Amino acid sequence: MSVAGINVLVEETRARQAAAGAPLLAVSGVSTYYGSVAALRGVDLTVGEGEIVTLIGANGAGKSTLMMTIFGAPQARSGTITYAGQDITRLPTHAIARLGLAQSPEGRRVFPRMSVFENLQMGASLNGGRTFAPDLERVCGLFPRLKERLQQRAGTMSGGEQQMLAIGRALMSRPRLLLLDEPSLGLAPLVVKGIFDAIRDLNRTDGMTIFLVEQNAYHALKLAHRGYVLVNGRVTMSGTGRQLLDDPAVKAAYLEGGHGAAPGA
Amino acid sequence: MADARSNGLPEILRDAGLYALVALGLCVPLISYRTEAGPTGLELVPRWPVVAAFCAGIFVLRVLQRLVLARRDARKRLTPAPDQATEAVGAEPDAGQRFSGLGLKVFLAVALTLPVLATLASGGLGPARYWIDLGILILTYVMLGWGLNIVVGLAGLLDLGYVAFYAVGAYCYALLSTTFGLSFWICLPLAGLFAAAWGMVLGFPVLRLRGDYLAIVTLAFGEIIRLVLINWTDVTGGAAGISSIPRATFFGIPFTADEDGFAPRFGLEFDSMHRVVFLYYLILALALLTNLATLRLRRMPVGRAWEALREDEIACRSLGIDTTTTKLTAFALGAAFAGVAGSFFSVRQGFISPESFTFLESAIILAIVVLGGMGSQVGVAIAAVAMVGGPELLRNLGFLGAVFGEGFDPNEYRLLLFGLAMVAMMVWRPRGLVSVRVPSVSLGARRAISGAHVSEGHG
Repeated sequence: MSVAGINVLVEETRARQAAAGAPLLAVSGVSTYYGSVAALRGVDLTVGEGEIVTLIGANGAGKSTLMMTIFGAPQARSGTITYAGQDITRLPTHAIARLGLAQSPEGRRVFPRMSVFENLQMGASLNGGRTFAPDLERVCGLFPRLKERLQQRAGTMSGGEQQMLAIGRALMSRPRLLLLDEPSLGLAPLVVKGIFDAIRDLNRTDGMTIFLVEQNAYHALKLAHRGYVLVNGRVTMSGTGRQLLDDPAVKAAYLEGGHGAAPGA
Repeated sequence: MADARSNGLPEILRDAGLYALVALGLCVPLISYRTEAGPTGLELVPRWPVVAAFCAGIFVLRVLQRLVLARRDARKRLTPAPDQATEAVGAEPDAGQRFSGLGLKVFLAVALTLPVLATLASGGLGPARYWIDLGILILTYVMLGWGLNIVVGLAGLLDLGYVAFYAVGAYCYALLSTTFGLSFWICLPLAGLFAAAWGMVLGFPVLRLRGDYLAIVTLAFGEIIRLVLINWTDVTGGAAGISSIPRATFFGIPFTADEDGFAPRFGLEFDSMHRVVFLYYLILALALLTNLATLRLRRMPVGRAWEALREDEIACRSLGIDTTTTKLTAFALGAAFAGVAGSFFSVRQGFISPESFTFLESAIILAIVVLGGMGSQVGVAIAAVAMVGGPELLRNLGFLGAVFGEGFDPNEYRLLLFGLAMVAMMVWRPRGLVSVRVPSVSLGARRAISGAHVSEGHG
């Protein structure tokens, strides 16, 4: 992408944020502990309406912990998480989900012995199934593979199909903010591309806000408007996707074999 | 041969008949006569009943084998090509499935007409009492199995103390009727409600537990209830229990010989069996009600939430399902059915004591659910018949003494046979007798996609 391209992107991002006023999701000073072990140490980040924001980091950096903390399990020990102006730090997981956040959790977690169709029904349980038919249509349009397999038990599908199902299931509740935890985990490159294309599609055509946690830094940064780098439970860098992609420290740590020192660590 | 054979029921029966014939041929020289030292030298003792038993056994085993094989063949045939790994839709049911479908109808028909059948077979209401009592016992366990199925089979919460709710229901009726003189028909729903409340009481502390830990706590809960019943002598009568619990009435009309009794009012001759037959139909209705409720609930959002909870609790929560309420409703509903069954138990027995609510009862009910195939209603019913009726059957196998020698008591081998059956089940049918849940799930979805369910609320 050219420099002009970056500028357009930056401007676009700023415009989106300005239009939205306050960010849709704001995480400020969040620390999470597992027992006495700190997994997150004062994380700050924001996700604006209509943005794709990605969080990259190495294994054990706390990416998934942040995702789960946003969803209230485990709850943050300090700091606040605001969603659409509402403090959700102390809400239970199901109450958070009812506010219009949807999550495709790490490891996909589809219901293996239920059919694909039933999995999607479960996803739609939040809005009472009122918009079930059009939503099913939309998910099937986004992932045609799911349409072929509606009657199949979810556990018998391939990893990529299960990932599509996990995302599709999250979409069935018509979320305002979609949280995706490592959608590329353990998938073939071609399948990853398909899924990332679908994520881009969702953002472009439906204007859906997406917060993406990824280890696959290259794809994630290329896709995202903005990105954050998480190291040892702290955000060490942030910027537009392009900026981070071009950053030598990010390159060394996450894009070229991962042998360089983690930036800012 | 394996590929060419058809799997129709007549073909299977013919094949099994052939096997039985071969068995007969082999039995004649080997088993039909035994030599015994008589007063005038060796004597031939004919043993034709044993031969007949052998042939019948071979026949039954062969039919079962063919049915199992037919199911497996059908499954193999239905397994699609690797590039289209979709489960078959609208496939013809094979002999095995047709058999189980038929089995269900036969089961229901027998259950509905058992008192009549037993009366005809044993020549009178009085002699039929044994069979009707056995039917009542089996149906009680069917109901308990179906109730526990909600907790274990659908919601996936392993409950080892289920009998506690049965006890709560039983004592609820016993105490309310003996102390306040409340009628059975008022106490029946009250017992259900009361047991449901206790289900919640158990539910709260175990909300965060899963698997083994949940099992241990529920086990302890069952024991606590039993120990309280034994030691709270002032209220429960302690180990002596509660006796002279009022009998059931025909919706207010007592089963007595006097003028206000059931028989005179309906112009019948008094027979103490009327009460037993009535109890039989009462428990049948209660069991069917449990079944109906479970089947309905499975199609409702809460039932789906239970099944989702069994599959993945974390995913459930992230979809906005309140797992606390979901678990509590499962515990409460399962307990409510046990409570109703318990109050039926105490009205039938007229006497209850903590003896009846030991851990062994919980284990039997759980075994019924597991053997039957968790989540399968038909399987639970079949397993209840096998687990409760089986020991009774053993009592009638006296002729085996002819094979194994005098003094052979099949009843003593009861637990050994249960153990063997369990091992065999775990090897061949690890998901239970009828793992019907798998097809029923996709059947439900198939129906659902037709549009009838699309507009249905799923919240």
